Amino acid sequence: MPENKFILEMNNVSKDFPGVKALDDVTLQVRPGTVHSLMGENGAGKSTLMKCLFGIYSPDAGEILLNGQKIEINSSRDALDQGISMIHQELHPVPRRNVMENLWLGRFPVKSVGPIKLIDDKRMYQDSIALFEDLGMDLDPHVLVGSLSVSKIQSIEIAKAVSYQAKVIVMDEPTSSLTGTEVDQLFKIIQSLKSRGVSIIYISHKIEEILAISDEVTIMRDGKRIGSWLASELTTDSIISKMVGRDLTQRFPEHHNIPGETVLRVEGLTSPFSKAFKDVSFDLRQGEILGIGGLVGAQRTELIEALFGLRTVSSGKIFIKGKQVKIKSPMDAKKHKIALLTEERRATGIFPVLPIVENTVMANMIRYASPYFLLKQLPMKQDVQQKIARLHIKTPSSETQIKNLSGGNQQKVLIARWLLTEPEILMLDEPTRGIDVGAKFEIYSIIADLVQQGKSIIMISSEMPELIGMSDRIMVMCEGRLSGILEGKNRTEEDIMHLATKFMV
Amino acid sequence: MKTNNATNANRVGSFFFQYAIYFVLVFLVLGITAIDPSFWSINSLHDILLQSSTRAIIALGAAFVLITGGVDLSAGRMVGFAAVLSASMLQIQEYSHRFYPGLPDLPLWVPVLIAIFVGLLVGLINGVIVSRFSVPPFIATLGSMVAVLGLNSLYFDMKPNQSQPIGGLRPDFTSTLGSGYIGSGVYSIPYIVIIALLVAGLVWVIFNKTILGKSMYAIGGNIQAAIVSGINVKRVLLYVYAAAGALYGLAGVMEAARTGGATSSYGNMYELDAIAACVVGGVSTAGGIGTVPGVLVGVLIFGVINYGLTYIGVSPYWQLIIKGLIIIVAVAFDIRKYLTKK
Ligand SMILES: Nc1ncnc2c1ncn2[C@@H]1O[C@H](COP(=O)(O)OP(=O)(O)OP(=O)(O)O)[C@@H](O)[C@H]1O
Ligand SMILES: [Mg+2]
Repeated sequence: MPENKFILEMNNVSKDFPGVKALDDVTLQVRPGTVHSLMGENGAGKSTLMKCLFGIYSPDAGEILLNGQKIEINSSRDALDQGISMIHQELHPVPRRNVMENLWLGRFPVKSVGPIKLIDDKRMYQDSIALFEDLGMDLDPHVLVGSLSVSKIQSIEIAKAVSYQAKVIVMDEPTSSLTGTEVDQLFKIIQSLKSRGVSIIYISHKIEEILAISDEVTIMRDGKRIGSWLASELTTDSIISKMVGRDLTQRFPEHHNIPGETVLRVEGLTSPFSKAFKDVSFDLRQGEILGIGGLVGAQRTELIEALFGLRTVSSGKIFIKGKQVKIKSPMDAKKHKIALLTEERRATGIFPVLPIVENTVMANMIRYASPYFLLKQLPMKQDVQQKIARLHIKTPSSETQIKNLSGGNQQKVLIARWLLTEPEILMLDEPTRGIDVGAKFEIYSIIADLVQQGKSIIMISSEMPELIGMSDRIMVMCEGRLSGILEGKNRTEEDIMHLATKFMV
Repeated sequence: MKTNNATNANRVGSFFFQYAIYFVLVFLVLGITAIDPSFWSINSLHDILLQSSTRAIIALGAAFVLITGGVDLSAGRMVGFAAVLSASMLQIQEYSHRFYPGLPDLPLWVPVLIAIFVGLLVGLINGVIVSRFSVPPFIATLGSMVAVLGLNSLYFDMKPNQSQPIGGLRPDFTSTLGSGYIGSGVYSIPYIVIIALLVAGLVWVIFNKTILGKSMYAIGGNIQAAIVSGINVKRVLLYVYAAAGALYGLAGVMEAARTGGATSSYGNMYELDAIAACVVGGVSTAGGIGTVPGVLVGVLIFGVINYGLTYIGVSPYWQLIIKGLIIIVAVAFDIRKYLTKK
């Protein structure tokens, strides 16, 4: 059989959802043994295209060719059988089962004992070990998946894909919750996959990553394919202008913050759990952006969730405008005009089946309460419409269920939710995760605006450029403790990394 | 891959799925009428509405709880307790076996409010157990279901009644909350239908226009996100179970008035009928989804089955089988609305 130029071709694929043309005549051609990246703004249709490939959606028009042969994919099972695997944007492991059971789920090796078929644990273990070694992964097949980091769970998914003899592996924003070293690890795995002739379709909003790992890049906008280029022909700026359709000269908005008096003061905050945060003290001033840096596991999320009343503290004091306060629940936090955009959009953010309107006003319904308990519908709708416009949320209407929005647009709805509460202190946990460059700039502008109006921001971020570009001060944590606060303009990524690993042995 | 024709077929299909339960109702009515054309009459409509009114109020109570992602098994036994309580205080003076021999005639609203209040109280207790002590709703209300039956039986067994069926109810009671109607002939509407409609209207307003309603959907949709949004989850659950209890109380009173009596076995298994009507009407047992019109249609479907199948002479055993199938089929269809596969 002659080698085909392309291992996978998706030709002229279209897909409509009620009110949206999610894909409009999109073509994607992937060469064997290469990394082909897919880029585009939030809602451009990247995930939808991949879901069509993986049998989750059936396209309205278009064809899929594998190795030059036209194939029908009607279910994920079909896709897997044909050698197409997908690492989803949101992972769904079975947390209470161990690594190898997750790996071989649905196709456990069996041995026959007389007429009965039993699961062959020993073979399953050996097969797992062999697979992990082959891919250079360090995983224990007996560990419970629930206790593993996102990156390890992802590794399991990749190993699973390989064990299905996948020829094409789709990775939808695989690095959105990985740390720097974990990303390096992933890239090593990708290289080894490439060398076996596996092709990767790689979706990400991180341009540096795309340029580092890809061979080719296809860019989409509004459900259409803009074009495909060799990665070597592209630069950060050219990618951005192709994606957004205009030039974006700055990554961060101009902002000159003049921090005022202290609005929040935290003294010796300590968690009752020994592995969590210990003895953390800091100040937050009015009109200031305080960045929090550190590695995953530094307990940054735990710290600000405690400030928001979601976690208990065993000792320590919190002062707001000089007065000591007790924050035992998010309700208390809201009373003190504190807001928190949580890290886990799916688990603690969105109400999947509810419309955007409800999702937007949920933290702030009291604002629309009238006497006789009725909600004032009109102002509610107007405020939501205004937020949709202000944050450029891409949606057919404000009545659309939020689960039908693209990942990045869901994030914007959550930001809108907290903006509506008009907080004095806005805490953001990885606010731009999964958000495209254009929208990131918008979000930074919103943050800058708020600070201009005298609000204060605490921002956890694992993206160094974002921390450095936006924060007035950067507080770095390591293993639950404060390892230092960086001030002034001349902070570097090295400074942050140095502090982030300060207490590590 | 699919062509554009297929897309149109999909659209028709999805329209069908969207309104599947309404089609079921229409098909049922048409089917029964085809077998016996005399079914198509104002009389049938009256009877079905009469029977469905109490059921609708119970189902609306159940919907409160289901939407928050819970379930309330105490509904049926609450109905029974409220029926016995109200009936015991509303017998005519001349009746030979009065529950309270010396009791003077109370104003109608006093026993009615007592029964509703007791329902509310039990609901509050359910709410406290669920929200403060984090007992799963299934278990909490299973417990209260059993306990309420015990309470009701104790009350019913008090001297001098000693578990005699309570009869001889006052005509003002059986008329106002039971068989009475305004208008005449073809243009008459039973009072209890009006009450059910008023309750449905009120519940619709609560579900759609109040903070409580939106919070209920939020809790059912994603309780973690509701907590993070600063919704007072415990308080909302308390209100929800209390409101449900009050509705069961009202339904119990109406059940006593409609049937002209009460025993401690009243309301047996009504909770399952209510849940069935809700799920057939598109309420998700996983929480977060459900509408008042949906619930009402669900109740009507069962009303039509009960009345219509008896009307055309289907045996009660077959009726059970048909009901069971309808629950499964209707939900299987309804679920398609929410499947991700498009
Ligand atoms: N199940 C659905 N029902 C209705 N609309 C949908 C559905 N899934 C996606 N869409 C819409 O299709 C468009 C493309 O969404 P998609 O998730 O593919 O975007 P994306 O490029 O992956 O964006 P992101 O970078 O934010 O993840 C969006 O406008 C989205 O609202
Ligand atoms: Mg996506």
